[in-house]
Amino acid sequence: MSQLVLEQALNGLQFGLMLFLLAAGLTLVFGIMDCINLAHGSLYMVGAYLVAAAAQAADSFWIGLGVGVAGAALLGLLLELSLFRRLYKLDHLSQVLATFALILIANESVRMIWGAQPVLLNPPEALSGPVEIAGFFYPAYRLVIIAFGLAVALVLYLLVARTRVGMWVRAGASNREMTEALGINVPGLFTAVFVFGVGLCALAGGLLGPLLAVQVGMGESVLILAFVVIIIGGIGSIRGALVGSLIVGMVDTLGRALLPTLLRAALPVEAASTLGPALASILIYLLMAAILFFKPQGLFPARA
Amino acid sequence: MPLRLSALAAALMLAGSAYATDKIKVGFVSTLSGPGAGLGVDIRDGFNLAIKQLDGKLGGVPAEVIIADDQQSPDVAKQAADKFLKKDKVDFMTGIVFSNIMLAVGPTVFDSKTFYISANAGPSQYAGEQCNPFFFNVAWQNDNLHEAVGKYMQDKGFKNVVIVTPNYPGGKDAVSGFKRFYRGKVGDEIYTKLGQLDYAAELAQIRSVKPDAVFFFLPGGMGINFVKQFVAAGLSRDTQLFAPGFSADEDVIKAVGAPMMGMFNSSHWAHDMDNGENQRFVAAFEKEYKRLPSLYASQGYDAALMIDGAVRDVKGKVEDKAALQKALEAKRFKSVRGDFAFNTNHYPVQNYYLRVIGKDAQGRVTNKTMGTIFTHHADAYAAQCKMK
Amino acid sequence: MAFYRAAPWQKPVTITLLLALLALPPGLTALGQAFYIGFATRVLIFALAASSLNLVLGFGGMFSLGHAAFFGAGAYAVALCLSGGISDGLVALPLAMLAAGLFALVVGAISLRTRGVYFIMITLAFAQMAYYLFVSARAWGGDDGLPLTGRMTLGGLSLASDGALFYAALGCLVLTMIFLGRLADSRFGRVVQAIRENETRMEALGYPVFRYRLLCFVLGGALAGLAGALLANQTGLASPNLLQWMQSGTLLVMVIIGGVGYLYGGVVGAVVLLVLEEVLSGFTLHWHIGLGLLLLGIVLFAPRGVAALFGKSRG
Repeated sequence: MSQLVLEQALNGLQFGLMLFLLAAGLTLVFGIMDCINLAHGSLYMVGAYLVAAAAQAADSFWIGLGVGVAGAALLGLLLELSLFRRLYKLDHLSQVLATFALILIANESVRMIWGAQPVLLNPPEALSGPVEIAGFFYPAYRLVIIAFGLAVALVLYLLVARTRVGMWVRAGASNREMTEALGINVPGLFTAVFVFGVGLCALAGGLLGPLLAVQVGMGESVLILAFVVIIIGGIGSIRGALVGSLIVGMVDTLGRALLPTLLRAALPVEAASTLGPALASILIYLLMAAILFFKPQGLFPARA
Repeated sequence: MPLRLSALAAALMLAGSAYATDKIKVGFVSTLSGPGAGLGVDIRDGFNLAIKQLDGKLGGVPAEVIIADDQQSPDVAKQAADKFLKKDKVDFMTGIVFSNIMLAVGPTVFDSKTFYISANAGPSQYAGEQCNPFFFNVAWQNDNLHEAVGKYMQDKGFKNVVIVTPNYPGGKDAVSGFKRFYRGKVGDEIYTKLGQLDYAAELAQIRSVKPDAVFFFLPGGMGINFVKQFVAAGLSRDTQLFAPGFSADEDVIKAVGAPMMGMFNSSHWAHDMDNGENQRFVAAFEKEYKRLPSLYASQGYDAALMIDGAVRDVKGKVEDKAALQKALEAKRFKSVRGDFAFNTNHYPVQNYYLRVIGKDAQGRVTNKTMGTIFTHHADAYAAQCKMK
Repeated sequence: MAFYRAAPWQKPVTITLLLALLALPPGLTALGQAFYIGFATRVLIFALAASSLNLVLGFGGMFSLGHAAFFGAGAYAVALCLSGGISDGLVALPLAMLAAGLFALVVGAISLRTRGVYFIMITLAFAQMAYYLFVSARAWGGDDGLPLTGRMTLGGLSLASDGALFYAALGCLVLTMIFLGRLADSRFGRVVQAIRENETRMEALGYPVFRYRLLCFVLGGALAGLAGALLANQTGLASPNLLQWMQSGTLLVMVIIGGVGYLYGGVVGAVVLLVLEEVLSGFTLHWHIGLGLLLLGIVLFAPRGVAALFGKSRG
């Protein structure tokens, strides 16, 4: 039983860390540029498709990952310079409309280029088997994902806490006007933050592609979870994004896994199997609503 | 302006009142996007191949096939069906992959007195009490392939089996079919969400139960992910995988490859069946689409042949619903799977075979027929159907 | 700025359009295009739903991203009524509005204590919670939704025919628009608009701002429930997908295209979006790209239009 809990905990950690890759970019864009970006999930999808296409062309997962992420970052740069720059000045309603439009365009473009059927993306041959840890077998690839997630978390921490750029980012998140007044190249900073966020999205998309499926509309469901994460963690805070995504990842995975077993004591198997995951999802939104009610700034408020 | 309007009205009226006999319209609603897309695409390709071989005609009458994607959503499917029935006034409908969508669309189709020739979905509801003269299934009843696996595993003496299936009508039929013939212990019944892609939680659950074998029914992309993750989690070392042919056909094999070798599965059709129709079908399919057909493709092909035979029988007069129904029931076509007959509930009575995944003469990883599990097997619900 | 200022040409145009709509079902049937009566009914229903969101967003100034939850609640309410034996629309429709309204009361009571982007997110959270609740309710069809056992009757008249349902929807829409017009001019309406323009001032003047906002939110929710009930009758299914955030997004897009804050903003937006969808999808499968570019164009080249009505500007 403890082995089951350990394995599920690892699954939750893996899920949470991937959410973190998405949430980190989203929280910075939201926190510093005050921009609601509904198309963040679409960038995750486009990243996954680019990685899949590059991996197929180069017949190598790692090359595909590198090229795909770079390609997505380039796309992000073009988007930022052409569209998002103008969105920062507009109100939230306009941002919602514009990024909603982007979702439509992205989904349809992907469907035009790659068709309506999911695209295959396989993990590297060497990692497609299990490794033995703590007396049981766990998929090697998922461990690699966890490693990537932890590495990104570490890099982000070092960047934000220990470099001057990171200081500007924190300053921008806490008080934009002041940062501008201090002479920091704010538009350049914005572009860098946005592109970095897109890169993280694409990395998540590429890493999760072999596990899930690279298909149209794959971004919509994770987008909502990413928003939940940054609300819980605190808009503009990387630390908050990490803590928030780990909480959401754990609650969702452990809830999906353990609640049906608990519910089966009282309900028939099929009902328990639907109610379990649904309760886990509701729990996450309940948590978000509670935070919004009692501590709206989130667990680690970045704003001054 | 009134003059122009009435001229336009007259033109449209003429266009709208054209009788169906000069063209056979088929409304094809299927899952063509998302994880289940592979199945819908196969059915469509099989159906279209038959039409092409018939020179674009069904029963000698020029045919028009209108295709819509249901995106695996019952409301989208309903809207598409509504449009086909009310606007395009189709003569036949076909194509639906998933049973929950079939059950949502069925009533509208039957109410409009249009014949539905199912090339896949075979819900138990339409086999028993809710059987309907306008519903025909040219493939199987949902339980059948699972019953075959259940019998095989029972005969082979497995003692502790975990069942994995999505929580929807097709999944429930799978469980009842399997348990009708497998009498051993069921270690766990795991219900997943339709369209689910990440099975980490379920695999951990399976690991904790430590079964001899896992019987899973996860059509399309769901199955691909499940098998890949099953192997990646190291479970394939101690536990054997069994499935109905749905989760062990060309689409899954192409995606997963060698790790599937040795997997037993059940089916009513295999591409190595050596009757003339089948060999011609497989060769033509490979030539047209550059891939081996799956059982879904064979079903789509048979559905077109079935419509063709019936329309030919009534000499194109598809408005005579009673005659058309008799023609459909009489099964005026040669199926690629060999001989079979329709039961009183319009579902097939046929053989079910054991297949295993191995390498064929050309070194491709694919299915090979091993033997017969059931002969002239009917579904378990026919007695409850009041049709004669 | 008032909710609407009736231009002198508006009244005769409205009446002409109304007469044209009354003649639509027999007209379409004569042209052999009876299928489009169903389409026209859909347009009317979404016009109603978008107008209900316009009440909350444009009129009340509350940016709710979870409005579809009330839309869906109305659909489920009427489906449950029908399966429970209540088939008279004169009972079922008010029940649907009541259910949606009560739901909106709960959501609003909690959400309206937050502001700005937090309000947006919390309304979204509630809608998603409701979605997952309906998905998990196996007794109510779960994922696949709850099919309706038939269509309602309206005080004895069956709505089974497409034409009958069209007129019922038209009637509901007309009554709603008259109601909204009157509301805008009423004392309540003027207070709500004043709160939208300057909340602090109204608070200082002693108005119970929270209560006015809540009532506006609830009215919007109830009207959305009415639309949802009609839609369930039209499609024959109450689906949890009606509550998804993309559905809220679609309603939002309709309101924005039509003109946030204008009385007919919801109606115009629904007509434009749905007609565009029907026309463009006949030309190409990929019409979504055209729609997306159009929306982007509206945002980039008419930002004043969207923002000005909202009364917000950025420094």
